[in-house]
Amino acid sequence: MRKIRTIGALCTIAALGAGPAGAAGEAIQDKADAEFAKFRAEMEESNPAELFELKGEELWKAKRGPNNVSLAESCDLGQGVGKVEGAYVQMPRYFKDAGTVMDAERRIVWCMTEKQGFKFEGIAKKPFAKDEYTPEITSLVTFVAGQSRDMKFAVPLQEPHVREAYEIGKAVADYRAGPYDFSCSTCHGSDGLRIRMQNLPNISSHEGATKAVLGWPGYRMTGGVMLTQQWRMNDCFRQQRFPEPKYVSDVITVLLTYMTGNANGAVYKGPGIKR
Amino acid sequence: MADPMKIRAKLQGDVADIRVLISHPMENGNRKDSDGKVVPAHFITQMSVEVDGKAVIQGQTGTAISRNPVFGFKVKGAKAGDKVVIKWQDNKGESRTDEAAIA
Repeated sequence: MRKIRTIGALCTIAALGAGPAGAAGEAIQDKADAEFAKFRAEMEESNPAELFELKGEELWKAKRGPNNVSLAESCDLGQGVGKVEGAYVQMPRYFKDAGTVMDAERRIVWCMTEKQGFKFEGIAKKPFAKDEYTPEITSLVTFVAGQSRDMKFAVPLQEPHVREAYEIGKAVADYRAGPYDFSCSTCHGSDGLRIRMQNLPNISSHEGATKAVLGWPGYRMTGGVMLTQQWRMNDCFRQQRFPEPKYVSDVITVLLTYMTGNANGAVYKGPGIKR
Repeated sequence: MADPMKIRAKLQGDVADIRVLISHPMENGNRKDSDGKVVPAHFITQMSVEVDGKAVIQGQTGTAISRNPVFGFKVKGAKAGDKVVIKWQDNKGESRTDEAAIA
């Protein structure tokens, strides 16, 4: 009897404790956020991502691959062959020559295989940066993204193929599966959620989606690597204990169409810096 | 050859704010790769900054600096248009020199 009462008392304390502790947690959270915002402001003008933009520009202009052509003279990112200004913020978009909707990274990979003659398997073998290794595709995406700095996101959602991709992306975001029975929306479908100290943007809202798409591709201080949004999305699947999608998979493009579409109208600040 | 640096030099009053981004692995020699082998040390050991032909900073750097480091300097008495020359050298004898004008 006595034991039960003790447990009851403990429960009461725990219940009372939750309120104030939660508020303190939020204050710490705000402070941590503010500190990192300061750091980001300081680093924005000296973001190592710029080093990858430089490399990407060289790669974009260089004649490469079995066909010995440059992307600058063969690759159409939706604004005309070789035109990169403003291309990033207007993707994903529908490409007639490929017959499908593509995001920036997927499109550049397509150009590398179709125009320059690279083998897809070769690019997909190690598609993301690790330690000192940065794949060429990452530098290329960073360069292209940098050419849309300070421009507004304008995914052409009125285009029927893009609209369809957006709707599929929305459905994928809500699709619960895997050993944890999770969907993207479990964590990213409502406001004010967080994991540990990390605020989770609500990608179904304009503000949340903007937070989610800004800063990619991003230079991650942890490990000092340049990472693309494709990497970020694949990592979401990994964290959900889903099977990881193949490189530049359809599912990533539709999710990016959904997220970037929701962010339409927001100003893209160029390749970012991440903790 | 090493990748180019990115140098920004802006005048604020008579103080030049110089910022440089360097592309370098900065391996400290204590890490092991996936095969368990030590990754050999590879880091910048010497750095120098010249403004208008005059050495303003000379320094030795070590392993406690991150990959792709950013350095910032404030230099008094600089004028717009002055040439900034930055050099680094690493423990493998590789080096790189880049320049920019103060804006």
